[in-house]
Amino acid sequence: MKIQISNGRVINPATGTDEVQDVFIAAGKIVGLGQGPSSFGPNRVIDARGKIVIPGLVELVARLREPGFEYLAKLESEMFAATVGGVTSLSCPPDTDPPLDEPGLVEMLKHRAKGRNQTNVYPLGALTQQLQGTRLTEMGELRDAGCVAFSQANAPLVDTQVLARALDYASTFGFAVWLQPQDPYLGRGGVAHDGEVAMRLGLPPIPACAESIAISTILHLVRHTGARVHLCRLSSAAGVELVRAAKVEGLPITCDVSINHLHLSEHDIGFFDSHCHLIPPLRSLRDRDALRAGLADSTVDALVSDHSPVDDDVKQLPFEASEAGATGLELLLPLTLKWAQQDNIPLPRALSRVTADPARILGVSGGQIGLGSNADLCLFNPDHEWVVTPQSLKSQGKNTPFINLPLLGKVSHTIVGGFLIYEDARA
Amino acid sequence: MIGNPQLSPEGTLKHLLTIEGLPSSVLFHILDTAVTFENVAQQEVKKVPHLQGKSVFNLFFEASTRTRTTFEIAAKRLSADVINLNVSASSQSKGETLLDTVDNLSAMQADMFVVRHAESGAAHLIANHVAPGIHVINAGDGCHAHPTQALLDMYTIRHFKHRFENLKVAIVGDVLHSRVARSQIHALTTLHVPEVRVVGPKTLMPRDVEHLGVRVFHDMTQGLKDVDVVIMLRLQNERMNGALLPSRDEYFKYYGLTPGKLSRAKQDAIVMHPGPMNRGVEIDSEVADGIQSVILKQVTFGIAVRMAVMSILASN
Repeated sequence: MKIQISNGRVINPATGTDEVQDVFIAAGKIVGLGQGPSSFGPNRVIDARGKIVIPGLVELVARLREPGFEYLAKLESEMFAATVGGVTSLSCPPDTDPPLDEPGLVEMLKHRAKGRNQTNVYPLGALTQQLQGTRLTEMGELRDAGCVAFSQANAPLVDTQVLARALDYASTFGFAVWLQPQDPYLGRGGVAHDGEVAMRLGLPPIPACAESIAISTILHLVRHTGARVHLCRLSSAAGVELVRAAKVEGLPITCDVSINHLHLSEHDIGFFDSHCHLIPPLRSLRDRDALRAGLADSTVDALVSDHSPVDDDVKQLPFEASEAGATGLELLLPLTLKWAQQDNIPLPRALSRVTADPARILGVSGGQIGLGSNADLCLFNPDHEWVVTPQSLKSQGKNTPFINLPLLGKVSHTIVGGFLIYEDARA
Repeated sequence: MIGNPQLSPEGTLKHLLTIEGLPSSVLFHILDTAVTFENVAQQEVKKVPHLQGKSVFNLFFEASTRTRTTFEIAAKRLSADVINLNVSASSQSKGETLLDTVDNLSAMQADMFVVRHAESGAAHLIANHVAPGIHVINAGDGCHAHPTQALLDMYTIRHFKHRFENLKVAIVGDVLHSRVARSQIHALTTLHVPEVRVVGPKTLMPRDVEHLGVRVFHDMTQGLKDVDVVIMLRLQNERMNGALLPSRDEYFKYYGLTPGKLSRAKQDAIVMHPGPMNRGVEIDSEVADGIQSVILKQVTFGIAVRMAVMSILASN
């Protein structure tokens, strides 16, 4: 299928280019920019006037809830939510039921998610068997089955000897390890930042030092083992500072922050709004500002939606008893744009945090628009305002702190591997 | 984001969920109304008709004797029909969710829910869920709030001290886990008490508690110096388990209210306790039963204050 995207504002975050030009697609690749190949006969011409053409978004954390949690969401619903959100590549954490700790499970997931008209799925393998933090998984086998890195998801790895050995073993093969830094003891039983809001509401607290202690431990082990580590979802100013210093030191560290932590703080919990029950907890305004500054200066490498669909049954409970998590795939782009607009971040740089940067962390192609690169693209109308409602979200998870919020920026076309897989004529 | 559900746009009380955010006029209105109910118990017929034909559901997801009983008496003296549900023993154990339980009881034409729950925010959740016209009273949620207890404490303080603007009040003990303390602090600061102190070891003191407008003391002899009111908090035995305290004996030594420590307060200081007391843990029997103790008066006043809250909600 040959597609010509004409007159769109094409932004390639990888190179910082930003100009109105045509994009020519054939055989799944970008075969022309500005100028098409001679005698290019497109099957489809997309009029992209007034629209922005960018690489498809790369989402580092999307829980598809399969296998095991099909009552919360299904592969079909969440893959569709991804395409609606302009996400053309995503990685899914291993905290399914059973966890992704065996090659057969990964192959099954890859098989279920496969299809030429689908977002690319890159599973993360479990770092330890059953995510129990005691025995290593067959990382080599899991990589051969399709895992791109290894992770404990939000499950604690209490034993530092096991963690050191897991990092050592993973780095033997050059695999990256993704860790969500939170000291399991200091965070025990906690549901909210140890600050004014938790104090007023009487919610069990998680201090910010639970994060910095875990990061410090991990950084020491990175020095010790040489392993490549990606820190998932920073929440505190102290965490950003530690990563900044580690990068200056030259340690092989990357990290991400979620759209929730970029835009919200503990105060958004208000009167026990369980939509704001998240892992890690929303912290102070000072922490939020540090996360925004870190993302702007690339101390924080990537912005993620931390897509975790949960249903009303587990959200309509007292805050403490409610399940943590929020839907996010369809909000990643508009909330990236909102951040860029609020903090005056040039669009190529802001969009890099959801395209080229996460692709680099995943170690996959994608996240750029260049001659010969994969035709994974997203077109959006930056001026289209829409309101986040249960009806407007395609994910089975309708719970998000941004519910009823008007947002700017709506995806009009999503292209994966040269195929137009989603189109919204109204956007 | 969920708004504050307890006040109507006109500023009238729809539910009583927390003291925080209520204006002093609402608190004084409740205290003044309670005065009018204080004598009902002395009448030959201990009843007034304010809640006649109304159904009050006492919905207790957590064990309680005193609070549940005083709410029951208050509702009955207002001529309401009272239904007591000890939910921890019934539907919750069968897997029914909190809101399903509430829906079922609403379908039985409940007019008012009095809710106690072990988790902070449970009463807010229910108040946001029930149909307009149904009122929710928080009878204690997790570590968050216990507004009627705070109101009866304010009633007691006013009864003995007559005004609030010249008082020093010390709250002593496990502030961290105490919904009573949080509600008392909000009530005292709203009623313009110039000096509210909290006294306890750091492990039982919430971080940032000064933001509520209190002075923090770790030394009880300093904390009690020249105060007009001493409020002791209950210490749960399980606090010894989580490495919060080494022993009951050491706690009593430093934070138990003894005649010696009480002598630091003003001569006419009153001693309060929300109950149930642990004698010999947070309070010496000599003080608990002494002339400065007003602990049993608190219980008596609790009925009038709860009658006031219920009648105000029903009339709004």
